[in-house]
Amino acid sequence: MSGQGIGQLLVYAAALIALGYPLGIWMARVYGRERDGVVERGFYRVLGRKSSEEQDWKAYGKNVLVFSVLFSLVVYGIQRLQGHLFLNPDHLKGVAPHIALNTTASFVTNTNWQYYGGEFTMSYLTQMAGLAVQNFVSAGVGMAVLAAVIRGIARRSAGTLGNFWRDLYRSVVFILLPLSILLAVILISQGVPQTFHAHATATTLQGAHQTIARGPFASQEAIKQLGTNGGGPYNSNSAVPFENPNGLTDFLELLAILLIPAGQVFMFGRMVNARRHAAVVFAAMFAMFAIGVAVNLPSEQHGSQVLRNSGVNIAQGHGQSGGNMADKEVRFGIANTATWTVATSDASNGSVNGGFDAQTPAGGAVPLVNLFLGEVVFGGVGSGLYGMFFYILIAVFIAGLMVGRTPEYLGKKIEAREIKIAALGALFVPTMVLVMAAVAIGTKSGLASVYNHGVHGFTETLYAYDSQGNNNGSAFAGYGATSFSATLGAVAMYFGRFVPLLAALALGGSLAQKKIVPASAGTFRTDGPTFGVLLTGVIVLTAGLMILPALTLGPIVEGLMH
Amino acid sequence: MTALVRSAIVVVLATLVFGFAYPAIMTGFASVAFPGKSTASLVHENGRIVGSRLAAQNFTWPRYFHERPSGTAPAYNAGATTFLNLGPTSPDLAKLVAQNAQAILKLERPYNPGLTIHDIPVDAVTTSGSGIDPDISPAYASLQARRVAAVRHLPLATVQQLIKKATVGRSLGFLGEPGVNVLELNLALDGR
Repeated sequence: MSGQGIGQLLVYAAALIALGYPLGIWMARVYGRERDGVVERGFYRVLGRKSSEEQDWKAYGKNVLVFSVLFSLVVYGIQRLQGHLFLNPDHLKGVAPHIALNTTASFVTNTNWQYYGGEFTMSYLTQMAGLAVQNFVSAGVGMAVLAAVIRGIARRSAGTLGNFWRDLYRSVVFILLPLSILLAVILISQGVPQTFHAHATATTLQGAHQTIARGPFASQEAIKQLGTNGGGPYNSNSAVPFENPNGLTDFLELLAILLIPAGQVFMFGRMVNARRHAAVVFAAMFAMFAIGVAVNLPSEQHGSQVLRNSGVNIAQGHGQSGGNMADKEVRFGIANTATWTVATSDASNGSVNGGFDAQTPAGGAVPLVNLFLGEVVFGGVGSGLYGMFFYILIAVFIAGLMVGRTPEYLGKKIEAREIKIAALGALFVPTMVLVMAAVAIGTKSGLASVYNHGVHGFTETLYAYDSQGNNNGSAFAGYGATSFSATLGAVAMYFGRFVPLLAALALGGSLAQKKIVPASAGTFRTDGPTFGVLLTGVIVLTAGLMILPALTLGPIVEGLMH
Repeated sequence: MTALVRSAIVVVLATLVFGFAYPAIMTGFASVAFPGKSTASLVHENGRIVGSRLAAQNFTWPRYFHERPSGTAPAYNAGATTFLNLGPTSPDLAKLVAQNAQAILKLERPYNPGLTIHDIPVDAVTTSGSGIDPDISPAYASLQARRVAAVRHLPLATVQQLIKKATVGRSLGFLGEPGVNVLELNLALDGR
């Protein structure tokens, strides 16, 4: 790894903290503001009487569910009917039912798994009015739920967590929209298309015809990154020069992946008035991110066995970045693709700037494990941190067992009910993922999706359900769409999203009712490095050990075989 | 029931604002401020579109610099990008890399007799992520320079000069990796 690569990484880390911190302060203010603006008041008036009243966790959750189901129907309908609708200059037909179902689940749950190639499947109308809307809304739902859960931690002897419509409105209007406009303007200036013209046809220098796909894509690209969505208008996602034309756009898009989730940790510290604790959580997340880069990057730079044996020059320097360049772009090289790979799998984003299927066994194992940790290393906007609370409570509980006292978290006694909810929230998705991967690998219909045969095919399968269950959306992209895999994937995404979401709300509701007990000498401190180490250990042990047997069947065998 | 009505209202509002107003306003801005870049950075010549600065195209003639291999169908299809998705231990990948390397040796050796497989940079034999990577590494460009100079009866130094001009450096001097834009280089060679 070159000094240049390390330098780019350090600049990235510095920018993440320098921008994430003030953003966190801003977001805490947005959710805490008592007065509504003029437009905001109008919004509640349109929604009807008492629409901005406080809700308990059940009412909050019910609104989230009804809203998500209704939006699912709309997104499905638009895809099926796009052939008969407007804004379809390339005359694309309606999307097939199983693909439309999977894509609907994918975008409503903030996953953005893509069983289709955007530029030749989805009309401009579908991209804009169907999918890109969800990029805002599904991200906003996750952010709203996080705000509610944090209020549950902060409040004492309270029955309510806030109001879903208010939190949703403030998430999308005051946080996602301004940041998206800013990023979209920069992306347009760098060459990301933003046009309603149909695809262009060029006559190349050698006289052949070349179709060039374009569309209103910069606006979508911006929110795709900021909302940890990840579903791009082009099939090869952010590897395509039209989505990601140069080093600057790559840096900014990469920053946008982790910006809001990182900021939310600082926001949490302000909202519960425990900034040191938040800093420890941030440090634990950052350490796991750094470890991912430290594994993936050298492995990719070292190159795959096939490339090393081929005799071609894979050494870095002398006019090339070298390494495993299969399915990677020259302008990003190894360092930028590695950093992106780790960030996108930590953050539940799922966009990629290079192919995962072609990564080395050790390199490709990093996103696989990252997903399995439940997307809590920064994680999705909102969903990352509320997922982290499950692990935090388990860590506090284990510490309590060790010192032999009732565990406390930020002044609240943690009892059986909270631990049960936390265990459900932390373990449901990994269990579901393993079962689904087993079904997919044990049935004929499941095996039909495998692209690379042998051990690598197992890794593809595991990754597919890991990615969809954890609402990430990145892929070992050879794994194919059948009606079986698309439907099973849709189930994985819906349950993977809403079971932890409701568990988090229930947890918030339960904590909100508790009184604050003053800290005593026996209280386990959650604002020091000991807790940071314990938290990291709990995450690695809980989720890591669940995936270890599966890892040995996939990447580990593959790495040893050659 | 109230949840359903409110959801329906928000669905409509969100679709109008984020589905139509936001992209429409950004498109309006783009068409005024960056008319060329926002319409896919097309290169026009005598009223015809000859390609895009941001998309590789198929070059097979010896007088041109060649692109990286492409996994799209047909190759360099900027309307259907794709990864090749061959795993790191795939025998197909090994076969493909060997074929690509042999083809390069066969093409370049007449102009560069000492060339061996160890001189071929890895990006020359691997598909790119998008299948339309517009850049090749500076190493692959300089490997091709002798052939292009010989076929075009140009001094090698002139071709190397043009490579330098078509090299896209790191953004702001430190972000990303340098690459040589093949379409721009070939246009410059043609004197256009």
